Amino acid sequence: MANSKSASRVGIWGFLSATRGRDRLHWTDWVSYGYLCLGVLLMFGPVVWLVLSSFKDQNVLDRFPPRFLPYAQETIDVPGFDAPLPAFEVIAGDLQGQIVGQTRRAAGRSEVILPANPDERIRLTTDQLRPLEGVAFATENYTELFGRFNFLQFFWNSTFITVVSTLIMLTVNSMAAFALSKYEFRGRTAVLLLVIGTLMIPLTVVLVPLFLIVTKLGMFNSVWGVIIPGAATPTGVFLLRQYMITIPDEILEAARMDKASEWKIYWRIIVPLSAPAIAVLAILAIMWRWNDFLWPLIVLTRSENFTLQLALNSFQGELQTDWPSLLAMTVLTLLPIAAVFMFLQKYIATGIASTGGK
Amino acid sequence: MLAIITPIMRIIEVPMSALQRILGMKRIAWVFLAPNLILFGVFAFLPVILNMFYSVTGGDNVLLSARPNVGMRNFAAFADCGNFLDPNSCREDKFWRAIWNTSWFVTLQVGIMVAFSLLTAIILNRDIRARGFFRSVFFFPVLLSPVVVALIWKWILQREGVLNAFLDWTGIGGVNWLVDAQWAFGWSVFISVWAHMGFYTLILLAGLQAIPRDVYEAATMDRASPWRTFRRITLPLLAPTMLVVFVLALIKGVQTFDEVYAFTGGGPGTATTLIIQYIYERGFAGTPRLFGFAAAASLLVAVVLVLLTLVQLWANRRNVDG
Amino acid sequence: MRNQIMKTGAIALGLGLAAGAVSAQEIRFMCYSDGNECDVYDDLLSQFEAENAGVDVIVDVVPYQAILENLPVQLAAGTGPDLAKVTDLGGLNEYYLDLTPYVDTAYWDASFGGTLDWYRVGDRQGYYGLHTQLTITGPFVNATLFEQAGVDMPGAGATWDDWAEASRAVAAATDADFPMAIDRSGHRVAGPAISYGAQYFDADGNGSFEGFGPFAEQFVAWNEDGTMARDVWASQGGATYADAAQEFINGEVVFYYSGSWQVGRMDEQVGDFFDWKVVGSPCGPAGACSGMPGGAGVVGFEQTENPEIVAKLIDFLAREEIYADASARTRNLPAHLGVAAKGVAFENASPAAQAALNAFAGDLPNVSPIAFAYQGYAGNRAMFGITVERLSQAIVGELSVEDALARMSDDLAAAMAETE
Repeated sequence: MANSKSASRVGIWGFLSATRGRDRLHWTDWVSYGYLCLGVLLMFGPVVWLVLSSFKDQNVLDRFPPRFLPYAQETIDVPGFDAPLPAFEVIAGDLQGQIVGQTRRAAGRSEVILPANPDERIRLTTDQLRPLEGVAFATENYTELFGRFNFLQFFWNSTFITVVSTLIMLTVNSMAAFALSKYEFRGRTAVLLLVIGTLMIPLTVVLVPLFLIVTKLGMFNSVWGVIIPGAATPTGVFLLRQYMITIPDEILEAARMDKASEWKIYWRIIVPLSAPAIAVLAILAIMWRWNDFLWPLIVLTRSENFTLQLALNSFQGELQTDWPSLLAMTVLTLLPIAAVFMFLQKYIATGIASTGGK
Repeated sequence: MLAIITPIMRIIEVPMSALQRILGMKRIAWVFLAPNLILFGVFAFLPVILNMFYSVTGGDNVLLSARPNVGMRNFAAFADCGNFLDPNSCREDKFWRAIWNTSWFVTLQVGIMVAFSLLTAIILNRDIRARGFFRSVFFFPVLLSPVVVALIWKWILQREGVLNAFLDWTGIGGVNWLVDAQWAFGWSVFISVWAHMGFYTLILLAGLQAIPRDVYEAATMDRASPWRTFRRITLPLLAPTMLVVFVLALIKGVQTFDEVYAFTGGGPGTATTLIIQYIYERGFAGTPRLFGFAAAASLLVAVVLVLLTLVQLWANRRNVDG
Repeated sequence: MRNQIMKTGAIALGLGLAAGAVSAQEIRFMCYSDGNECDVYDDLLSQFEAENAGVDVIVDVVPYQAILENLPVQLAAGTGPDLAKVTDLGGLNEYYLDLTPYVDTAYWDASFGGTLDWYRVGDRQGYYGLHTQLTITGPFVNATLFEQAGVDMPGAGATWDDWAEASRAVAAATDADFPMAIDRSGHRVAGPAISYGAQYFDADGNGSFEGFGPFAEQFVAWNEDGTMARDVWASQGGATYADAAQEFINGEVVFYYSGSWQVGRMDEQVGDFFDWKVVGSPCGPAGACSGMPGGAGVVGFEQTENPEIVAKLIDFLAREEIYADASARTRNLPAHLGVAAKGVAFENASPAAQAALNAFAGDLPNVSPIAFAYQGYAGNRAMFGITVERLSQAIVGELSVEDALARMSDDLAAAMAETE
């Protein structure tokens, strides 16, 4: 009985994961779930904070200690003042329980007035006051974005660049990985080393020469200047090659005996069998191109060609940073890639599961 | 989608078959390699060659033709040190500080990240519910752009940020994290691990899942202890994947720039200045733009990376498939 | 595949050229905004388009980083825009379009006087830039905190020491976090440094850090004893800019040394929370009470295909009514002497903001000639960067002050050697 249970629970801590009783969880299960839940908190928590912060307006953002949910302070209209005053409730001292409007505040002190008696200014410390607030989402952070830019144009640019660059990269890299994994030819090791060597060249290092090359080829200021250099990343060849090595040669031999051309073998056998690795690479490529910043910044100077990341940074002039809009735009830039991942991660799951059988 | 691609593939097959007949089985591989090689050649290698020319020139002009040749002067400037262990005694003190910082950074970051990735992969490999969900959760930060990652954590860690608010509330008291050299460095390592761990977890998970089940069953039959199973069976079988992970993590670690730069800007002082930031500042952000220095430093970095990778590959030569 | 790439590239290039030939004369203006400058220009330039049929002006709003880092590279490669709003006034001089043949130089001399020199370097002494945003550094003071503490604000002609003492007293009495704060910028500390005796130029007119020592020591000492908000300089690395405006707006800083471009932000975000005012730059032991002038300007580039139109555009922006309108809407101090003399009614500015801008404008005569020359010096960006980097290292303790000063001179010598 115990055997059949342990046979169905495999994994590195094989026999420990078999529950002692049929349905009760073992302590290692508790530790595992605990670790995973901590992981969820740590991985998602900061992003949740980002999203919530993006709904706060500038004044709320500057406040310390920060509040979890976006609040907006209620205000009261007091005759004699142009703008409504922020409303507070007094929680200590003589005026306890009364609602007052605050006229000014600095460091630990506030100057308030009773609505009934607007001429008398009362000085209190801020710990005697509690702001009257309601949860309010400053959606104008988002709506202003659309008014300020041609957001859809940037979205389209980012999408176009990402999709085309990914397609080129997948095609080119899988062909090369096929050659490097399934063929014996002279110079193979040299090429492999060359590819790995390219891996070590960070963009910053070759920025200037690359810029000159791109200009000479006439790709400056065109989205192609971002797409083509972006497709030349070697990580893909490395990953795909390691994966393709595990495809048994017998399958290819059988196909060759059936007079299939190499291209057909590539297209009909290698690519489908490499689907999980290709899916992973696709996600990575999409992510890299979507998040590209430094290179597009250099190549694209016409605003109609800008990507979302460039637009995101255009909120920063020399001397000021517009946090509310910055946060809102960050969230918007995040969403598409998160959606893509949700969609593609199913394929990884099934892919990895099917390779488990190998 | 398949309906569009299939005819295209059929069309390509015609010239490809022809080429196959002409070139034969051995050389057709080059045809498959060609597009990749051309792309890399033009956009990855040519710049490196040009970079080498830049490294022996001086001045602040962008166009290579307008730059004066200064021979090894740039490299000599880097080597001009009283005591290599004390950056203060060097002419290019910032360069050497960056080297030290990067060395520590990479050691800590790669070590911690691979350890946690392995742990997470092991846990995810167990028979747990909602595995897909947890896997996505750990991978999620990998999707974020480095600037976003830096922004999120800067937001949390600033003097009046939510972490300090929490610590004040619990009575421990907040710390001005980003103004203290040690803490700033530690947090840089942390955010880098946070942002990249999921990627390596996925790779290790794939590696773990590729280990056939019967191996474990055999171990269970033999009543092997879990630690023994891990050491004698899992680790060796995982070795090729671990190699991939270490090589990639090391290379990416040395190349860390965007997220730390956006996070601390290299500060306080030069506490979190990494080598790529040094190169970037010398060649782009600084005034005047010293492309020669940047190119020379970048060549040195590339050489070190190549050496490190070769050492790793040689030490694991059994696992590099020939 | 290669053919495919080349073909696509050629087609794209061809289309691009064809499009260029067919369309109206397109002028590209690379602009960055501190507040709303680019939007205002876009609006004003539509009037220019109306006056000049067939001209299409496109304002490319870019991050400031692009202006600082990419524009020079593009200009060197010959692919720059037609005109741009820049801050490295002397540094990009070699690319500027000389407007002399196209504009009324007498009018320009009378209207823009000294700021024209900022754009001139060496042999190139023509008319290049329209200074659109004149800024000056100076202190913002939290008057409410002074009131609450019962401390008198130092009057006109007070020294930095006076203000430091008063601010410390106020901070102690009101639990404000920081007595003083100053932005992390070589440009910002230049004014006080000159007041402490920095010369910034040697006998030959080249940049030098001669005389910077006294200020450096005082500044590092203030950071260590808590008079200055250490966070601002210590929390960043390299030459990255950081300001302390947020802390001031939150009422945590008593005395904040920044500049006139912040007025709009203070107005919007401080609002009624506390009374803030602007005073003149404090005086230093060397006798000067100087701030630093600065700002940005619009320049045309020689590479443009339409020099007459570009020159006409800049001349359009230099017209008194247009300039006055731009200044009012962007809430920037005017560099146009005529407009300044008449005073600007800044749009949407509260009385506090109006008073602040006037105070800044009123401090302009106190700016030392060294500061003016420094602002126009082609190598000032390099010197700003060096100042920030080395001073930060001294503040966080990586270097002693003497070491930092020595390094500053070395760095400057190395930089000048490269740009020979």
